[in-house]
Amino acid sequence: MTEPVVRIENLTLALPKGADRPHAVEGLSLDLMPGRILCVVGESGSGKSMSAYALTGLLPRALKVAGGRITFEGRDLLGLDERAWRGLRGRRIAMIFQEPMTALNPVMRIGDQIAEMFEAHGLLTPAERRARAVALAREVGLPDPEQIVRAYPHQLSGGQRQRAMIAMALALEPSVLVADEPTTALDVTTQAQILKLIRELQQRRGMSVLFITHDFGVVADIADHVAVLQRGKLVESGPARAVLENPQAPYTRALLAAVPSLTPPERPPVAANPVALSVAGLGKTYTTRGGLFGKPRVVAAVREVAFDLRRGETLGIVGESGSGKSTTARLAIRLVEPDRGTVRLGTLDFTALGPAALRAERRRIQMIFQDPFASLNPRRTVEQIITAGPIAHGTPARQARARARELLDLVGLQPSAAERYPNAFSGGQRQRIGIARALAMEPDVLVADEAVSALDVSVQAQVLRLLEDLKQRLGIAMLFITHDLRVAATICDRIAVMHRGAIVEEGPTAALFAAPEHPYTRSLLAAAPGSGSVLARPHPIPA
Amino acid sequence: MLGFALRRILVAISVAITVSVASFLLLHLSGDLATAIAGPEATGEQIAAIRQQYGLDQPLLVQFADWAGRALQLDFGNSFYFRERVSDLIASRLPVTLTLGVVALCVALFVAIPLGVLAAVRRDTWIDRTALAVSVLGQAMPSFWFGLTLIMIFSVNLRWLPVSGNATWKHFVLPAVALGYYAMPAVMRLTRNGMLEVLASDYVRTARAKGLPPRKVLVRHALRNAVIPVIALAAVQFGFMLGGSIVIEAVFSLQGLGQLAWESIARNDFPVVQAIVLVLAMIYIALTLAADLLNALLDPRLRS
Repeated sequence: MTEPVVRIENLTLALPKGADRPHAVEGLSLDLMPGRILCVVGESGSGKSMSAYALTGLLPRALKVAGGRITFEGRDLLGLDERAWRGLRGRRIAMIFQEPMTALNPVMRIGDQIAEMFEAHGLLTPAERRARAVALAREVGLPDPEQIVRAYPHQLSGGQRQRAMIAMALALEPSVLVADEPTTALDVTTQAQILKLIRELQQRRGMSVLFITHDFGVVADIADHVAVLQRGKLVESGPARAVLENPQAPYTRALLAAVPSLTPPERPPVAANPVALSVAGLGKTYTTRGGLFGKPRVVAAVREVAFDLRRGETLGIVGESGSGKSTTARLAIRLVEPDRGTVRLGTLDFTALGPAALRAERRRIQMIFQDPFASLNPRRTVEQIITAGPIAHGTPARQARARARELLDLVGLQPSAAERYPNAFSGGQRQRIGIARALAMEPDVLVADEAVSALDVSVQAQVLRLLEDLKQRLGIAMLFITHDLRVAATICDRIAVMHRGAIVEEGPTAALFAAPEHPYTRSLLAAAPGSGSVLARPHPIPA
Repeated sequence: MLGFALRRILVAISVAITVSVASFLLLHLSGDLATAIAGPEATGEQIAAIRQQYGLDQPLLVQFADWAGRALQLDFGNSFYFRERVSDLIASRLPVTLTLGVVALCVALFVAIPLGVLAAVRRDTWIDRTALAVSVLGQAMPSFWFGLTLIMIFSVNLRWLPVSGNATWKHFVLPAVALGYYAMPAVMRLTRNGMLEVLASDYVRTARAKGLPPRKVLVRHALRNAVIPVIALAAVQFGFMLGGSIVIEAVFSLQGLGQLAWESIARNDFPVVQAIVLVLAMIYIALTLAADLLNALLDPRLRS
């Protein structure tokens, strides 16, 4: 039997006093086998990242090792001094991170940052280091390696930056690569390429990879073994297939059930309902001034976008970053003024309204935002947040407050929540408050801009269920902006796919997933993580 | 980079033109120059003669073109008071003020940046708190009082350094320390805050994950990024020091530009005042330009 490269035994990491629990990680035992990919998966706060940092000796100062052992190639790591750690870091155990933009030094050339790996460990001459940097850039598939090593991080795309990070990590041929959510900040198509690259390099070099992720789709694509963490404790581990297809622990089962399926359910047609929101010829072009003597830059953010949204219908606008999906949402409610085109609410020409009429009619179209932490004013009570809109529109305060309590009940919160401030609530609860706030205006149309993207899967499932339920009960029309195909498949009646500012394909969700016509839609669907696995099978929004 | 530099230089030239128009107009808006020059007892004929002599009867545009053309050749006319060329006056005084400013800036930067780095690295320790105390003191003390205190200690009591004048380098030590201490707190705090932010950044974590020794992480990855806003601030502070050196020059009896400006205002010596305003403004513009170019050199994101 082969020995593991890394063996974590009974590891406990103590959190500072006053944290929500005493230990970030408690009694964790993991084995990383040579030439294998181990995915550590969990929701936010599960301690998955901290266990990775413990392995590189880069734990935040506030965290202390309270017990256990980490052995790497037979050596006890936790007893090492800083100097010995430095000898291992980068050389034997390398690391890549979530956000490739911020993880690279913005004022240093890519090639210099790669070459620095050799310098850090006193290897090679400067000329040799530069040559190796070019070779590594080529190996990770960066275009035009001789030129790109002279570029700065901001001149690269997100995927290229992550490739550069990987080149850096591979420079000294480490035996272990620790990857902390390396694809989370990337678009799906880029994510698929990076996952493929990591897989290829891992096999070519026989590396072991400790891969931290929250996404079961990614697990299905890349893992040999899986370890599931919940609030610092290991709840289940084993071969990836076994865990995904036959989960034993109730928590794993719940998590897997919460992952929205890529196979959308058949939905009853809504073509008979009246049109709630109609958009035609919508366009927005941004011109950034280049300063006093600079050239202006012109970007067509949204081009000729048109769609109809009926009462009781959810229309998903799906696209990658920069596709113009969020701008479309903002144009529809005139948070951003369109350059061209019309937006109609029922029969009302929303784009023709003057400032006073716009304020009055805005009640009819309300928005739910992405970040439930940033979008609620921390200094106002939940009641003030929910009632501010109706009161401004002339509802008597007493009536608005009574309605606020009804709405809190409707979105699944205690009416007593009204008196508290947003910081007393979790992310999912805050998003419920955000939904109650939008509903307080009794809108015809709800615009949800990545409304579940910042939430953990289990919470995400709850909020999706709530939105579905509200739509059916209140007959609201919903414009649902998302980058996540799974989420779109779960909740949308119809989907419009946006690419470079334009809608490239539109159709009923089930039909679009079953037979995508546009090449871009096809590549998007193919890139969705876990699309070939058990996760692609149909299941309803989990209860 | 070349494109950026050219654009930036064009902007600087436009600002310089605007400033020169403003400084020209400023004097002409402050009343009838001819009357002011002639003095309170002059007759109408004398005033008219002066008006003609100085070209003040010409249209404003002609006067400006005339003045600007000569200013470009560094000819600012003669001082009313000294009967000497203004350019010679400034040439004799400017080096004193510039020396004072440069030395003061060096003092400020050499103390403030290491102190700021140290305060950030040893955050919330006694080092951090001492650095804060030193900088608060610098902001709270009036510079003339601090200058006088320095004279009391180092010149009068210890007799290490001369009290006043600008004959040798020793004469510049105390005034430069006094002036530099005034500029130090802002630089120190900006460095500290910048370092704190950068030390918590992902790329510093990346640098540590590479196995780089702490000193390289600190200097190459952290300080290199944290120092970028400090450069712009230092340029502004240098400008303030040139303008604000009046007080220090008075305290230490340095025959600098500040002194000259102060005296010329009191004497209604318009050509001198105008020229000093213009020279200081041009230095300020040049500094900002230099800071911008240096920033662009350090930060590639600013170039594109």
